Amino acid sequence: MITVNEQNLKKLKRTPLYEAHKKLGARIVDFAGWEMPVLYSGIIEEHRAVRNSVGIFDVSHMGEIEIVGREAVKLLQFLTVNDVTMLNDNECQYSMMCYPDGGIVDDILVYRLTGERFMLCVNASNADKDYQWILKSLHAGRAEGMFRNAEVKNVSDNISQISIQGKNSEPVLQKITGDDLSVIKHNRFVLTNVDGVSALVSRTGYTGEDGFEIYLKNENAERVWNRLLEIGKEYDIKPVGLGARDTLRLEMKYPLYGNDISEKTTPLEAGLSWVTKFDKGNFMGRESLLKQKDGGLKRKLIGFEMIDKGIPRSHYSIFKGAEQIGEVTSGTMSPSLNKAIGVGYVKTEISNIGNEIEINIRGSHQKAKIVSTPFYKSGKIKQ
Amino acid sequence: MDFPDDLLYTKEHEWVKVENGKAKIGITDYAQHELGDIVFVELPEVGSGVVAMEPFGVVESVKTVSDLYSPVSGEVVGVNSELEATPEVVNTSPYDKGWMVEVAMSDKNELKELFSADEYTKYVEEESQ
Repeated sequence: MITVNEQNLKKLKRTPLYEAHKKLGARIVDFAGWEMPVLYSGIIEEHRAVRNSVGIFDVSHMGEIEIVGREAVKLLQFLTVNDVTMLNDNECQYSMMCYPDGGIVDDILVYRLTGERFMLCVNASNADKDYQWILKSLHAGRAEGMFRNAEVKNVSDNISQISIQGKNSEPVLQKITGDDLSVIKHNRFVLTNVDGVSALVSRTGYTGEDGFEIYLKNENAERVWNRLLEIGKEYDIKPVGLGARDTLRLEMKYPLYGNDISEKTTPLEAGLSWVTKFDKGNFMGRESLLKQKDGGLKRKLIGFEMIDKGIPRSHYSIFKGAEQIGEVTSGTMSPSLNKAIGVGYVKTEISNIGNEIEINIRGSHQKAKIVSTPFYKSGKIKQ
Repeated sequence: MDFPDDLLYTKEHEWVKVENGKAKIGITDYAQHELGDIVFVELPEVGSGVVAMEPFGVVESVKTVSDLYSPVSGEVVGVNSELEATPEVVNTSPYDKGWMVEVAMSDKNELKELFSADEYTKYVEEESQ
């Protein structure tokens, strides 16, 4: 009934917090080539800690890529779909890189350190691919006389990232942070010191709750991690694994690369047209995306909840009567709502909220209905 | 980990308790621990048939979907309908409140193929190494 495959773990990468996770009794799994904690005490308990108080996550597997130089802005305007010129220093934005056909290379956060210095936070599974993609575009541009003054560096191996999420993340983190966190708005950041070491702290996250992401040097990660657990005791802080990270993000319908978005889907189909700034000028994928926008979308990523029994899972088929109209890309039992929820692509004509669809669960068609998202509507992101 | 002496066990981590010629079936303490928070259990209807070492239902945790294998063949004569509303009792009480189905056995010889508590303990130790 259970497959425990520990042999495969041998060649995987470990974050600087690996030993700390073992000490905390984490269950370690292979995720995108990394040995990562999937849970400590239990997914539901960890999920609730974040929704009700505070939790910390090791997300050091995420990649960081620096783009530096007088033409850094130009390169990023070309490579990403959002408008980098809207950023001031110490601000970040959610964005995506697309292929010429509009398919998604990765969804990323773009941090503006200065007008000539940017950092991208990218998915662990895509870090190498993204870096190669950026280099390729850079070289292609240079061949045509562009981007001579832009440099790219993959700094993923030097940087650890700890995410602290939940309404009590600010009081916990403030105790060891040099700068006043209360003045940092959502999608803003500060270069500060945390427990005496330098760190980049942004008010960002992947949970729908208020929270921060702390970027710091590998050698400082374990110390800060342990301090946060210690200080957070009065708020019942919990270490949170990738299992609850997934249920938290899914309740918000935040997309997961590889599941809900990929090189085969576009930002428009995924409901991410709000990050796609056609007015900013040319960018990779623009023509294809414009054509898709003007021609009308054939499918859309929708959220649904089960009416009948069963839990939707990735790759289950979606039906309307006898016709297959799409596929589930993520699904789970929502710990906050105690309902089985999922997201998936369906034909646009079926995609209206309130429509009933059926999910093929082990051969039987179970009723579900399309609902408004986020599924979890009580999240408190501080704007 | 608790593996009571009066039960028999499968390699797929189900247990059987034989009482009055009937086999009560559930999953072991090891299984519930490995699965984590159980959020859904799908069981056959009373009157349906089950076959030894073939799937008869499904147990789902937050992240995983796993088949349940029947230790014995026969007819389902009881189903724990409580699990529909409270699947988490499989975690908290795997051998008692978390039982799944009761089967009227068609071939008691099949019981000889199953592990004793001692044998199962050794098997789990090897598997989790």
